[in-house]
Order: sequence, then structure tokens, then C-alpha cells
Amino acid sequence: VSNPPRTAGKHRGAEQAATGAARAMGMDSAPAGFGTALIAAAEQREEILAVTADLGRYTELTEFARRYPDRLLNVGMAEQNMVAVAGGLALSGLMPVVTSFAAFLTRRAQDFVVMQVALPKLPVLLVGAVPGICQTFGPSHASIDDVAMMRALPHIVVLDPCDSVEQGQATLAALDYGGPVYMRKLRGSEPVVVDRDSYRFEIGRAAPLRSGGDVVIFASSIMVYESLEAADRLSAEGVAAAVVNVSTLKPFDEQTVLEHAARAGAVVTAENHSIRGGLCGAVSETLAAHGVGAPVVAVGIHDEFPHFGSTEYLKRVHGMAADDVAVAARDAIARRDNRGVP
Amino acid sequence: MTHNASVAEEDLVAELSRRARALRLHVLRQARGRGEGYFGQGLQCADLFAVLFFSELNWSPDRLTDPDRDRFLMSVGHYAIILYAALAETGVIAVEQLDSYGADGSALSLGAEPGEVPGIEFAGGSLGQGLGVAAGLAWGLRRQGRSARVFNYMSDGEVQEGAVWEAAMFAGHTHLDNLVNIVDVNRTQADGDLVLEIEPVRAEYEAFGWWVTEVDGHDLAGIVDAFARARSVTDRPTCLVAHTQIGQGSPTAASRERAHFIRIRPDAWDQIEKELSAMETIE
Repeated sequence: VSNPPRTAGKHRGAEQAATGAARAMGMDSAPAGFGTALIAAAEQREEILAVTADLGRYTELTEFARRYPDRLLNVGMAEQNMVAVAGGLALSGLMPVVTSFAAFLTRRAQDFVVMQVALPKLPVLLVGAVPGICQTFGPSHASIDDVAMMRALPHIVVLDPCDSVEQGQATLAALDYGGPVYMRKLRGSEPVVVDRDSYRFEIGRAAPLRSGGDVVIFASSIMVYESLEAADRLSAEGVAAAVVNVSTLKPFDEQTVLEHAARAGAVVTAENHSIRGGLCGAVSETLAAHGVGAPVVAVGIHDEFPHFGSTEYLKRVHGMAADDVAVAARDAIARRDNRGVP
Repeated sequence: MTHNASVAEEDLVAELSRRARALRLHVLRQARGRGEGYFGQGLQCADLFAVLFFSELNWSPDRLTDPDRDRFLMSVGHYAIILYAALAETGVIAVEQLDSYGADGSALSLGAEPGEVPGIEFAGGSLGQGLGVAAGLAWGLRRQGRSARVFNYMSDGEVQEGAVWEAAMFAGHTHLDNLVNIVDVNRTQADGDLVLEIEPVRAEYEAFGWWVTEVDGHDLAGIVDAFARARSVTDRPTCLVAHTQIGQGSPTAASRERAHFIRIRPDAWDQIEKELSAMETIE
């Protein structure tokens, strides 16, 4: 059930995350992006500590716990109390980094996030691991609604990085931000997409990764890789697709989205989430508000609960593989052309 | 007071009884301005608040950002009316501001969120959240070597919230002896008399490793003594289970059938004021 190795494309560094036995369960992850960044920040800043609810091993905290055993607070299987405790820790002057699976951190503890993190604007980094179909346990663990819930909240930054490189950079940016941040955390085994040396993550900035004038694909999370693969295949057919990595869902980079959508006139959104309330929602809201008329074809979870299975299997059954993104791109172009939009 | 009580203790309780009466009149002023509110609960908390804000808390109006101040968290945000009364009586806010309680656009919201009003540490109101935040705050203060204590004030209805017990288990496990929880047991909740039995509250907290005492929430000397005994406890969090009477001090308010959120006829306010002003203080 492990991900098959991919050939590194031009947007990908050669470096692949290490693999581990527990990864076959679809849960564990190497300290590829988040874990190493957290340790680097914690070395510099005494006030940083990690809080988890019996999922430290599965959220890249193993090495952190080895180095800083007295800076990991494990509250047991109690996500609501975990977030409440984090709020209290922040009030005391500490900088808590809260980890759990995205589904539990949001669905189970959402009211605590609202009242004890977002409303008082406390510096708390909420880390939701194995989002969407990265979690292979089934509907109980698959967070297809976490971005929608968090994006609807005032005061909170929402991040959905595309690989371990961006994950590490986003972690450091979130720790420096000084307010509430919700960040989705990948397993670490996903293909690396952006260049480790030249890529610069910035909160609130969407990053164009590939240019092309026929259609634009706005993508996030693991769907950035699929979208780049799709663009390669489209290119072979003479279709030039732009790919934009939208790793900040809030605050939303409206300018970049509007520019690309207006230029192409045909839009695909590709997200590791329900197509309701996440990236497709944010793009559609932005285009509608600014009167940019472009068809938007959504790739993601379509109003159903994910099946159980490996990420590769789930990509296929939910229409989230590179080929599906390519189909969506052709569909968007056809819709644009049938409407007579130039 | 016992016969052995020192003059200093007697003086303290006399002072507290005057403060409690003043707090009740501040509560009245707020409810009267709006014509309704969590009035009965404000009266019921007055004695406990008099002890907290004029005796027990290491806190003063000029230390609202001092990292070593004791923290007071109003988990039951619905009882904000008594917190505003305490902030007015201690001089943090102007007494005149109390007239705006619950009014459109007022800083004195029904739920007491941090922000506009100084001295509000935390947002209660979504019930059952205070104890976990208090536990995290206590853990963080202890880790940073601060002597400050954290007080959480919760209602008996909140005992029904599951997250309270997640927090109780955590606080017991981590031996948070700088955490004090006050459970105000008035035996009522939004739908009337307790709809789900919560007792035995004492045994429940004890089972999670807490030191617990029960107290008559209107016996000032008893409350002072209970807090003093809690202060001497080491190695475990402490809990005061305080038995209270909604509307305490005003027979008119206490006898209301639906006392959770009451609306009072304009002509009844004078009668209630008369009752509260006539409350005996200890001299």
C-alpha cells in the first residue's frame, strides 16, 4: 500500500523523504518537513512546546520528544482538552504546537478552537495530520471538511502545504506569525514538488509553479503533484496548463488567482478535501465577487465520504489522479470555448 | 465565626459582608438597566466573589498584566454579571458603566469575552471549557516557575460536559496544586431543575486525584476557611463544591419559578433593592 516512487519532474527536487515500516499503515511519517522545522525552532525559542493527544508518534513528534522530553505535553485521548490546555499555555506566555489527526482536531475540538484559540487570537499552531485521502483508515479519520471549518473562522490562518519542503517552511512561518494558525500536515512520504533551495513559502501568497495560457489549475496539498503531472500530459497534447500552488487558504491570495483566471478563462481547482468550502469554494467566491467569468471544474471529494484504502487507490476512486485533473482541464477549456469566452 | 476566631478574622468577614452586599447592589444595577438578565445567579455568587476578590486572589486592579497575578477564569460566562460587579467594586471599571450591561453595543456583553473590558482573562460561555484552559494555564505558569495560582469558576450544569472530566483527569495526573476549581451548585440549569443528576461531585473529583471540600456558598467565614485549607494542599489540584441559592439575598428573586434568565416587572425592582439593601451585614 505504499506510494509507488515517482520520477522527479522539473519542479521536484531529487530528495525523497525516507520511508519507514509504520508508513505502510498510512499513518506514520518521517520528520521530513514539520518535525525537523519544529526542532529547529524549538532550539532557538524556549517558549515553544508540543501538545498532543496520544498521537505524538504519528505526527512527527518522536524526535522532538527525545530531544525535549519535558517540552512535550501528552494529554491523552482528549482533543477538546488538548486545545483548551493549549489556550491556557498560550495565556501563560508559552507557544504551543498542537498535533492530532486533522479529523479529530477539527471535528472533535472545533468549539474549543473557536473559543480558546481563534476568538482570543492566541499564538497557537494547530497541526492537523494526514488530511483528506492521505489518511487511509476510512471515513472516521479522513478530514475532508477541516479546511472548510477553519476557513469559516475569523482570525485564523489556514495552510495546506504541498510537500515536505513547503511543510517545513510553512511550519517556521507559522511559528513566527504570532497568532492562530491551522496547518495541515502531510505524512512526509509524498513526492517532493518544490525546489528545496529556491522555493520560498510566504503566508498569504500563492505560488505559480508552471506557466501556460490555455487553462489554469489551482491546486493544494498532494494535488499539486497530480496537477503538475497532468500539465505534463496536457503539454504532450499541445495544451498549455498553468499550475498555481495555493497553499494558503486564508488569507487568500485573490490577486494571483484573479490574474491567472482572467488570463486563461478556464479554471480547474484540485484539492485534497471536499470540493465544498475549501479551495474550490475560495476560488469560486473570489471569481464571482470580482466578476471574472470563467468555468471552474472541481477535482476533490465530491459530496461523499472517502472509502477505506491506500492514497493511490483513493485517488483513483475519487477522481483525484493526474489523469482526472487532465480531464478536468479539457472540460474547463471546452466549457469556456462553448460559451465563446476568448 | 467560631468563638476562637481572631479579631482580624472577624474584621475580615465583616468587611466581606459589606463587599457582598455592594456586589449584589451592582448586580441589581446591571439587571435593572436591561430589565432582565442572569440576575438570580449574580446574587447567588456574591458571597463567593466577595471572598475571592477581596481576600483570596493575589490580584489587584493595578496588576492586570502582571505575570505573577492570580488568574480568575469565568467558565460559566453566563454569570458575567457578577464578574462586572467585582470589577466595578475593585475599581477596574466605573460603576456607572454597569448600567450598560447587556445593551446593544455595550462592552459589558452577556458572556464576558476578553478584549474591551480589562481584567477578563478568558472567554467562557461555551460551557465546560474553563477547567481545561485553567489547567493549561496552571501547567504553563508552573513550568515557568511562577507562583501565581489559577481559579476556575464553573456551574453545576457544566459538570455534565465531558470535556470537564478530560480536564479533571489531566489536572489530577499532572498534580496541578496551583489550580483551584470552584463548582457553584445551585441545582438549576437552563431547562429548570438539574435535568441530569451530577452528584456525587465531591467523589467524582476525588476519584481523579483532587482535594475537595464542600462549603455553604453563603457562609463567608466558611468560604474563607475552605480557601485557606485549599491553599495548604500540595501535590494535587483543589476543588470547592459550593452549595448556593439562586437569588440569594432577595426573596423576590429567589422565589421566581423560572429563575435561570429572569425578566422582572419594572415596579418590582424597587422591592428587590429594598430587600438587598436591608441584608444584614456582619459587624
